[in-house]
Amino acid sequence: MRQLAATAVLLALAAPAAARTIDVAPGGDAQEAIQQALLDAKPGDVVAIAAGRYALTDGLSLDVPGVTVRGAGMDKTILSFKGQQGAGEGLLVTSDDVVLRGFAVEDSRGDGIKSKGADRIVYKDIRVEWTGGPKETNGAYGVYPVESRGVLVDGAIVRGASDAGIYVGQSENIIVRNSIVEFNVAGIEIENSRHADVVNNVAEHNTGGVLVFDLPNLPRGNGGDVRVYQNAISENDTANFAPKGNIVAQVPKGTGVLVMANDGVFVTGNALAQHATANVMIISYRNAFQDAKYNPLPRNVVVAQNAHGAAGFAPGVPGGAQLATAMGGSIPPVLWDGTGDAALLTVTDAKVLSLGLKAGETPANARPAPADLNRAVAAIRGPVVLPAAMEAAAK
Amino acid sequence: MKGIAALVAAAALFATAALARAPNTAVVNDSAILAEDYPPALSAFGFFSDLKARVPAARVVGYQLNTPLFSDYAEKQRYLYVPAGQVARYEAENVLALPVGAALIKTFGYGADAAFRPIETRVLLHRAAGWVALPYVWNADLSDATLKRTGTRLPVTFTEPTGATRTISYAVPNQNQCKECHALSGAITPIGPTARNLNDDRQLEALAAGGMLDRAPRDAPRLARWDDAAAPLDDRARAYLETNCAHCHRREGAASNSGLYLGWREPDRVARGILKRPVAAGRGAGDRDFAIDPGHPDRSILLYRLASIEPGIAMPEVGRATTHAEGVALLRKWIAAMPAENGSQEKQAAR
Repeated sequence: MRQLAATAVLLALAAPAAARTIDVAPGGDAQEAIQQALLDAKPGDVVAIAAGRYALTDGLSLDVPGVTVRGAGMDKTILSFKGQQGAGEGLLVTSDDVVLRGFAVEDSRGDGIKSKGADRIVYKDIRVEWTGGPKETNGAYGVYPVESRGVLVDGAIVRGASDAGIYVGQSENIIVRNSIVEFNVAGIEIENSRHADVVNNVAEHNTGGVLVFDLPNLPRGNGGDVRVYQNAISENDTANFAPKGNIVAQVPKGTGVLVMANDGVFVTGNALAQHATANVMIISYRNAFQDAKYNPLPRNVVVAQNAHGAAGFAPGVPGGAQLATAMGGSIPPVLWDGTGDAALLTVTDAKVLSLGLKAGETPANARPAPADLNRAVAAIRGPVVLPAAMEAAAK
Repeated sequence: MKGIAALVAAAALFATAALARAPNTAVVNDSAILAEDYPPALSAFGFFSDLKARVPAARVVGYQLNTPLFSDYAEKQRYLYVPAGQVARYEAENVLALPVGAALIKTFGYGADAAFRPIETRVLLHRAAGWVALPYVWNADLSDATLKRTGTRLPVTFTEPTGATRTISYAVPNQNQCKECHALSGAITPIGPTARNLNDDRQLEALAAGGMLDRAPRDAPRLARWDDAAAPLDDRARAYLETNCAHCHRREGAASNSGLYLGWREPDRVARGILKRPVAAGRGAGDRDFAIDPGHPDRSILLYRLASIEPGIAMPEVGRATTHAEGVALLRKWIAAMPAENGSQEKQAAR
């Protein structure tokens, strides 16, 4: 398929004259008009959706490679799924080299926009929002690329996701930048993915700002090689409204950056402030698992050169309040569960509190104590570089 | 009683024999199957010599599945077409290998026998470049069905097995949504006619005898009937999951990223859902921790999602606007019968 898609794109490039623009305007049956355009599009075509509000009754889907879906702007072209009766997301993309640009998806019943196995996908100036504010009944993910090579999310705004605003799963070569995530459970989540940059984003008023996870029993594991840098991550103070079974339901309110069971995560140059629990939390995966290839420990994590504002004033961990009182009103801005190899963790810009937990112990067994993880910073790799065509599409 | 039953059986045999003596000479339009375009009307294919009465043309053969996919209690009439001079190849584990030019035709509707009213007919066409899936919606006078690539919604009223009358917004899938179920490693593929699901001691043999299938081995695998009270509970439940879930929930399917694989022979118990935590289930997880919590159906996400009709929670994601109460009851019984494990205690301990 991948090869077929690449061929299709080459053909499209070789014959640009063949590329068309399929216009969609408000009025009539929006469901039929937009879906028809998405079905009729050929590689290289643009589906241009004019300004207006479109009332959709079912999920939309695109399965043609090399197509651009373009609106008149994230506040002008609005796909409203308030009346959605079926499908697991608002828009589903399953083809490669797709560009999504300048439109909004509102109030989808499941996820906002999902792209699966869609390589080199570009999300540019896309807004996904649940307009009723944070609610458990909101959809799980706003922008949701999964199982893809090459992901660029640039200038997105996501509000109200009951799991993660921007969630990249089981993918590689990823950039999430210049985006705003607020009032989600998790702002941005990089999960079971490798080689990702999360840069120049604003994450505020989520439960947790930026999460970097690796979970067991998934087709693609070994997550890591993630840089979280130059982001403004503050006041992530929304009560956790995730359905309980999900892993993000365990994220304490007031978490800036959470690194769990990952390999090679650099948290640098961020402005971190006003987090009741911690500006940065480094933890292992504590649930039981049966996956021989899974490593539940954090390793090669570097926290350096961040600006730390207030943190740890109401820690969302068992005994947190007493702990904060005992430590003079707040705990240090970096919290480590104490599990894993301290020699593989570096924190140079703030004090660290370890919960002193051994593998398998529950937080109730915590033996909190300061930890010194201050050591020379390992070399930080250069930025993720995506294919020029993706960058051009995001201009 | 026995005498009457035998008489009826004999009459049925006679009717079959009479049909066999007067073979249908209507011929399918092979070029409509093979051409690149999308015929606007179902009649263009010539799958039926009498479309209104849905009398199949030559080499269009009806078939049934031991355990079918649940689709809002719709009745489904399934047909297989194999072009003259060609034959489907038997596959032990996969869907029968159908030659280019073959087609699968499935009509959805409500009402039994003569009272059956079709709503839509979905066709899968095996073209040189691969399979193509197209939905056709029946016209109001039921004379023909019209291509509707974008899908649509239609109000439908029908009677549930319990006798209750239901009105639903019946969803005809759009062409891409066909692929959500019919995708194997990203390419469209048939999912229904596997040897195991056709194998009822009769159909494979009949297809082979009719020159449609190259062979019908005696040792073909066999999927249980989900509603066969005489079959083991485990076989029935696994059959139900196999046909209702595993077309997506398999390593090559649309739900590959979930890590939840519900094929009838899946060997990995976590992948099968046992004490498996959700990944991207969102609110589909409800307040539950595991896909299947053995012994605890009310703690199992799988049942929560099957019982829901809410988009974002309901599974499967497309093709279901009602809950299959009987299927949910079967899986409830199955999970309840599993010996409880310490998953729930472990959950408590972790907090």
